[in-house]
Amino acid sequence: MSEIHPINNPPSVMEKSANSYYQRWRMVKDSLARFGVIAGGLSVIVALVLIFFYLLYVVIPLFKPADAEATAHYSLPEAERGKTVLLDVEEQNEVAVRFTDSGQAVFFEVATGKPIANQAIKIPTGAKVVSFSQGSPISEGAVIYGLSNGQAIVVKHQYQITYPDNKRLITPSLKYPLGEAPIVVDDKGAALEKIAVKVGDKSTTIVAKTADKVRLLNIEKQQSLFEDEATLNRTEAILDVPAATITDIYIDKEERNLYLVDNDGHLSFFDISDKTAPVIRQNLNVVEAGAKVTVSTFLNGDSSLLIGDSTGLVSQWTMVRDELKRPAMQKLRSFKVSEKAIVAINPEPRRKGFAAIDANGMMGIYHTTSEREALKEQVTQALPITAALSPRANTLLVEASDKNIYVWKIDNKHPEVSIKSLWQEVWYEGYAKPDYIWQSSASNNDFEPKYSLTPLVFGTLKAAFYAMLVAIPLALMGAIYSAYFMTPMMRQYVKPTIELMGALPTVILGFLAGLWLAPTLEEHLSGFFLMFMLLPVGVMAFAYVWYNLPKHILESIPEGWEAMVLIPVILLTGWFAFAISVPLETALFGETLRDWFKNQWGIGYDQRNSLVVGIAMGFAVIPTIFSIAEDAIFSVPKHLTVGSLALGATTWQTMIRVVLLTASPGIFSAVMIGLGRAVGETMIVLMATGNTPVMDLSVFQGLRTLAANIAVEMPESQVDSTHYRVLFLAALVLFLFTFIFNTLAEIIRQRLREKYSSL
Amino acid sequence: MMKLWFKSGSPWIWLNAAAVSTCLIMVIAVLVLVFVRGMGHFWPAQVTQFSYQEEGKPLRIIIGEKVDTSITPAIMAKSTGHKMADNEDTLVQYLVKTGNRDVTGTDFRWIEARNVKEQSDPDTMMVVERREWGNFYGQLLEVKENGKTIATGEQAMSELQTRIAAALVVFEKITQLEKKEIGAINYGLERLRLKQKKLQLENRWNSDTEKEFAAEKADYDAQYQSHQAELGSLYKEIRRDSLVAKTDTGASITIPLAKIVKVYQPNAMSFFGKVGFYCHKIFEFLTDEPREANTEGGIFPAIFGTVMMVIIMSIIVTPFGVIAAVYLREYAKQGFTTRLIRIAVNNLAGVPSIVYGVFGLGFFVYILGGNIDALFFPEASPAPVYGTPGLLWASITLALLTLPVVIVSTEEGLARIPKAIREGSLALGATKIETLWRTVLPMASPAMMTGLILAVARAAGEVAPLMLVGVVKLAPTLPLDGNFPFLHLDRKFMHLGFHIYDVGFQSPNVEAARPLVYATALLLVIVIVVLNLTAIIIRNRLREKYRALEH
Repeated sequence: MSEIHPINNPPSVMEKSANSYYQRWRMVKDSLARFGVIAGGLSVIVALVLIFFYLLYVVIPLFKPADAEATAHYSLPEAERGKTVLLDVEEQNEVAVRFTDSGQAVFFEVATGKPIANQAIKIPTGAKVVSFSQGSPISEGAVIYGLSNGQAIVVKHQYQITYPDNKRLITPSLKYPLGEAPIVVDDKGAALEKIAVKVGDKSTTIVAKTADKVRLLNIEKQQSLFEDEATLNRTEAILDVPAATITDIYIDKEERNLYLVDNDGHLSFFDISDKTAPVIRQNLNVVEAGAKVTVSTFLNGDSSLLIGDSTGLVSQWTMVRDELKRPAMQKLRSFKVSEKAIVAINPEPRRKGFAAIDANGMMGIYHTTSEREALKEQVTQALPITAALSPRANTLLVEASDKNIYVWKIDNKHPEVSIKSLWQEVWYEGYAKPDYIWQSSASNNDFEPKYSLTPLVFGTLKAAFYAMLVAIPLALMGAIYSAYFMTPMMRQYVKPTIELMGALPTVILGFLAGLWLAPTLEEHLSGFFLMFMLLPVGVMAFAYVWYNLPKHILESIPEGWEAMVLIPVILLTGWFAFAISVPLETALFGETLRDWFKNQWGIGYDQRNSLVVGIAMGFAVIPTIFSIAEDAIFSVPKHLTVGSLALGATTWQTMIRVVLLTASPGIFSAVMIGLGRAVGETMIVLMATGNTPVMDLSVFQGLRTLAANIAVEMPESQVDSTHYRVLFLAALVLFLFTFIFNTLAEIIRQRLREKYSSL
Repeated sequence: MMKLWFKSGSPWIWLNAAAVSTCLIMVIAVLVLVFVRGMGHFWPAQVTQFSYQEEGKPLRIIIGEKVDTSITPAIMAKSTGHKMADNEDTLVQYLVKTGNRDVTGTDFRWIEARNVKEQSDPDTMMVVERREWGNFYGQLLEVKENGKTIATGEQAMSELQTRIAAALVVFEKITQLEKKEIGAINYGLERLRLKQKKLQLENRWNSDTEKEFAAEKADYDAQYQSHQAELGSLYKEIRRDSLVAKTDTGASITIPLAKIVKVYQPNAMSFFGKVGFYCHKIFEFLTDEPREANTEGGIFPAIFGTVMMVIIMSIIVTPFGVIAAVYLREYAKQGFTTRLIRIAVNNLAGVPSIVYGVFGLGFFVYILGGNIDALFFPEASPAPVYGTPGLLWASITLALLTLPVVIVSTEEGLARIPKAIREGSLALGATKIETLWRTVLPMASPAMMTGLILAVARAAGEVAPLMLVGVVKLAPTLPLDGNFPFLHLDRKFMHLGFHIYDVGFQSPNVEAARPLVYATALLLVIVIVVLNLTAIIIRNRLREKYRALEH
């Protein structure tokens, strides 16, 4: 309306005192309204942009690198009490502990290094500490001291939180889960040079190496039925392995697997399910020739070993079952920290990440499955000795050879997500090969959520593909007919009816698809297939008969009512298809079509499958495509068609060669918009598929789409967690999908409109 | 001849026509399916007594409603493990709703027609609708008061009906007391607690306020005590009576009247009796609260929630949609900006609804709501007030979702108004806003109405975003009640569409709930079809009118 301008100057005669005030007020109102309306109009763009940027704002932290900040350093607390064998920090990052080689536990403040308490472990007189290790799993805080007299002591460090005067107070203490008396591991009294333990409620397993033997000791608590007392049941075994060179021993928390590592990189892997008869499963080399294993540890969950070597490489080894179900250690991936030897590896207690420090004091924080290097930072200038990572993986303590402890605050929120883990095959622990997996719900800390968007995108496209397969032919052919051949009389009713079809809530379509169509389809699969095949044939046959009918019958029904005439024909054909399907099936296959597919082709049948989705979502998409395509065909300028007809073309020729060609951009944009709708549709897929995130092209299998996945998982995901952000990412992907389709369609449509107006 | 026919293109035209027919058949089939199944739910079905004998098992009686008949061809029956004789072509099975879930553990069972030795519909068959355990089917033996038999045989039924009517009145009173009165007291106490916490936070808590609060609290407590006493006597009254009935296995079972909604004998009803019963059931369905995890009873809270949400959404979406349309048509220079806005509008229309849900949850609920809580409701922390999904956020999210519908429709209306009308108004000295406000917008109001109706229809049927921003399967309270401030925008609510999804797919007893889902679906379909037809009619009228104006 730009060509019309209001008259801004009212007649000058009226311009008098009170009146002029009123006039001014009118002008003010006018310009206020102008600004208001302009702001309102532009706010539509703002809304769209806001949605996009808000989604982006939530997603971006996923890909941010980690951040580390040195917060303090202080000299080693109570340095005279011996060399550190283990540093550890409790949950709240307030209290740390230093276990020493003299059997002392020094508790100190993380922030300042001020000692809080010292506790000596009750080591029998005459015995000396020769070995030490952390119990498995690390997060439970058990440690074991191996003594020179063949005995061992298991201690647990624990922290009690109280709130005197409304202030948090953490009191550290030591506990002896197996009693204060040392456990005799080697009855001959040989020194326990290396040791490992797994402390459980019922069963405890200790593996220790003496000068020439590796002993396995299991203590099982047997609760008697009537009394509170428990009897201890002890079994022992000796491992058949050369003991001399072993440097590290690992027992997993299930007490099923035992790993022995030696300096030269030999790894022996035992099955100790039977504690009296351990079986060696595999013997292999885990480092390159010439390299040495410098440090090793379990990754959280105890199913992978992290091996750090003298070339600065950390590799992840896990047990994988091959085709014959035989377990074998397999290297999943490795991380290059630097060229220097790795000195310390600290696994994160709740994620599959770890921090590795090399001899130069360079620390790298990695996540195994996402293969992401979150951070690299020089944490100390001196040679690092040992390090500790807090349970929440947000504080790192490093002890260096300059007798100092360096405290680092680490901010590493979403290491488990990377472009690779989202879109490519990832080799997860416990899987035979790399795969695309979406499995987000976590029941415990060890479970690793698997966020691969690929199966969801695959499911989305699969559902959209089948829907379009149903919708495009029906909608476009319908549009051609109703825009060009149908009588205006009938069109007046048909168009709103089909548009009404689009207004039906998708929840109802989904409900019908899931509870009515799916069981019906399962029962009458052959009938449906037969119907798809017979319908065009039946229609053609009828058309031919019609063509040969005597003239006077034909003339009684005017042209353009074909669709009406066909309704009973289609119904009859459909009924016929269902009626003969069962005898036909019996004659052809001797069993149901469903069984035949399964037995002959190995194609399984899910009740709620892609076919159901295709039909139901096709139904939902038809009106969208129909309506836009019909408009495009209908608005093809009349002089084009009339010209073509005048030149002697048949109506059908005109349709194909002139009308469709002219309207093709509009039809394309109709398909695009329909596709956008199919991609984003939620309720139908949610209800009509089993929502299984599998990647299977079969039409009889279920699927899970991005949209349905969001609807299922969003309500229970924790705000700002990785899961929450990944779901936002899924929403962003959906948004971009439809944004591209719609923008494309809209631009084409606008072009087309310009073209028509110029014709 | 055949070749000529193909050359004429006629077969292809027929094929295209077939596509239209198929679409029409599909729409009508869906509507008919929903209609038939939805309406059938309320008709009192005959209760049939089957004498049933499976091979090698003793004869037994099965009582129930025949719900469904399935005819399976022999070949399929064999593949699912049925034994079929050679001369049998089909296996006929009945799905019988036997009820009595408390006795048998299931509501339904399939029986094979060939094993039915005899079947009849005795008039004495009684259906008991219960508040727990679903329906009961059986025969009435006696009515008891405090464990003593009052009536047996012929008189038992009439005695039972009068006693049930009385029990229902008492039950109504109990619900009223528990929900309304005691609910109000609890609400008041909660407000008091929050007020106290607020005063404490602001350091204005002193002995005066303490006394005042204690008095109010004591007042509430006293009210509560008196209600409690009243409740006690009401409970005693409602627990007095019970009935004894015989199940199909011959066992007798006692059902307290307190647990009964309705008792009727469908086989004894006349046709008009059935019609009356049918209407009554429909009324009940529309006005009652749901029972038994939504699988029985009515859907009133869902209707109410849907209506509330749609109203609030309309209040929000109309001004924004109209202003945007006015900008596009009346103010903006047609060019790059309007083109951009049109693309934005079309994109907004095409963005999947679930994305709106995600945006609504993240932006409205957590960011806006979280900040509102921090600013205005610090006393409620850590419990969120607006920082959790609720009615307001659901309405705003859907307003955003339906904005394009209103814009497009209003714009179309504005475009149809002849230029002459605007020019006339401007020529008479009106400013632009006056022209708009006095002439253009009133003329375009039917178009806005159309847009709004379409938006309402869309919002009423939309479920996916609501699952994230405020809908729940069972809301304990309605968003509108007698407690100040009456309209509770922060509350979660129930919604028809979500009800369908939830009951149809998440409920433990899908088979029993299915008829109810069809009925709910029917209601939703009717609402949406009516809204859409209204919009179409208004639009068509409008077109006619302006066509007339132009000439």
